[in-house]
Amino acid sequence: MTLSAIWTAFLTIVIREVRRFMRIWAQTLLPPAVTMTLYFIIFGNLIGSRIGEMGGFDYMSYIVPGLIMMSVITNSYANVVSSFFSMKFQRSIEELLVSPVPHWVILAGYVTGGMARGLGIGIIVTLVSLVFTRLEIHHLPVMALTIVLTSALFSLGGFINAMLATKFDDISIVPTFVLTPLTYLGGVFYSIQLLPEFWQGVSMVNPILYMVNAFRYGILGVSDVDVTMSLLMILVFIVILAVVALNMLKRGKGIRH
Amino acid sequence: MTDALEIQGLTKTYDDGFEALKGIDLRVEQGDFFALLGPNGAGKSTTLGIVSSLVNKSGGSVRVFGHDIDTDLSAAKLNLGVVPQEFNFNQFEKVQDIVTTQAGYYGIPLRQASKAAEKYLRKLGLWDKRDTPARMLSGGMKRRLMIARALVHEPGLLILDEPTAGVDIELRRSMWAFLEEMNRQGTTIILTTHYLEEAEALCRNIAIIDHGQILRHTSKRELLQQLHLETFVLDVSEPLAEPPALEGFSVRVTGEGALEVDVEKSRSLNEVFVQLEARGIRVMSMRTKANRLEELFIRMVEENSEQAGEEGK
Repeated sequence: MTLSAIWTAFLTIVIREVRRFMRIWAQTLLPPAVTMTLYFIIFGNLIGSRIGEMGGFDYMSYIVPGLIMMSVITNSYANVVSSFFSMKFQRSIEELLVSPVPHWVILAGYVTGGMARGLGIGIIVTLVSLVFTRLEIHHLPVMALTIVLTSALFSLGGFINAMLATKFDDISIVPTFVLTPLTYLGGVFYSIQLLPEFWQGVSMVNPILYMVNAFRYGILGVSDVDVTMSLLMILVFIVILAVVALNMLKRGKGIRH
Repeated sequence: MTDALEIQGLTKTYDDGFEALKGIDLRVEQGDFFALLGPNGAGKSTTLGIVSSLVNKSGGSVRVFGHDIDTDLSAAKLNLGVVPQEFNFNQFEKVQDIVTTQAGYYGIPLRQASKAAEKYLRKLGLWDKRDTPARMLSGGMKRRLMIARALVHEPGLLILDEPTAGVDIELRRSMWAFLEEMNRQGTTIILTTHYLEEAEALCRNIAIIDHGQILRHTSKRELLQQLHLETFVLDVSEPLAEPPALEGFSVRVTGEGALEVDVEKSRSLNEVFVQLEARGIRVMSMRTKANRLEELFIRMVEENSEQAGEEGK
């Protein structure tokens, strides 16, 4: 395929993905906006006013970066895992397999589609948060880089999950039993400095803690961990997951006999 | 001229150890209308699956218009359109979106893709349904949608796996006419089908596959010449209870009182009529009993099964 043909194929996948989550907006775009509004009202306003300050900021401002990041992570992952698995389930994945689209373009297209939804939700949640609090960005490049890389990383995770899944149950196991606990324990609602030393150590092996804190640094300028190391870690994970996903595509894991 | 499809020593063993293909060779010339026939589980879909990159081969080589799928897969795919046996599109997408998206996967820009989609959706009678979600289409429309999708990038080789399964007779005839037109315009067509009259009506060359091996690979004409006898059904003016004794012919009476007569290739039909005339039996109409290809097919597959059974012992 020529470069322009590859570009057309890539755009086709991305447009198809965006069209899919826009078509079912009531399942994809609306729920995070409603959920986050409830978080802001209950945790931010009602409970937050009794908690007082955290990390030098009022509680509402402190949890906003974490909640945005949580929405981006779950939606980037959910978009790719459900879209790609549904293509496998309906066998419409064969449309791609018979075409000359290179594997890396298929992966890039799905990951970009997942990022489009994840970052789109991130913007929606940010706009909702502005109803409740003021946001001042401390370091725009760090903020932008963290959110974009994290979205890419979890889109890749969703892709691998979809490749391995053989039934619908398999696409909800990781989000329910891995992603949600790690996100809640990843410093979205609290600083790990509040924890006893042992649990601080345990928290440090949670990769989501680094993403939430790097993003919080970009917005508020405070972090429990080293930001450069966080960004490097996300990049390394992206490379590892991309290699794994491409290898699976090449072998046709779960999509070719 | 390069063959549209050239398969050499193709083998496939699935993970569970099942040997679906045992080293098949196949050549399909450019412009051919080719049938790959075989009973269920013979290896037809596995062969076509490997050609269209849906199944990984275990060994052998496949070339599409000279492009090896191991070394030049992208070029091979550009020359290939595939209509699978089962519906494999997103049921929630609109008809036109399904076709233009497929064109996009081949690198065709949207404006050009929309024109090509319109051309084939009109030809296949689906243009009025372009904004309908695919799940709302009838079975026949869904089959035609898959044909439009396979043609949108104008491939030189079109592969159809059971294209008229579950399609009513009228629609089947119109699909035959469409495929014949595509073939006349230069598209090489390979089809598998359970309707052997379909293969007899459309195809010039035929391969019969069973137990992962090619039993015959020849022209339809040559294959049909192997028939030693043909059975004719004669509707007579007065239904008969007993078959008349015709010298040199085997005769039976059907449930409706018509006659079934086996006629060897070396004998003339006139002899039948002369003998019937002499007995005062008037023939009102006549037809061949069964599809000729079907007889041959069944005979070959049965012989192969018996052979396989003996080898198994």
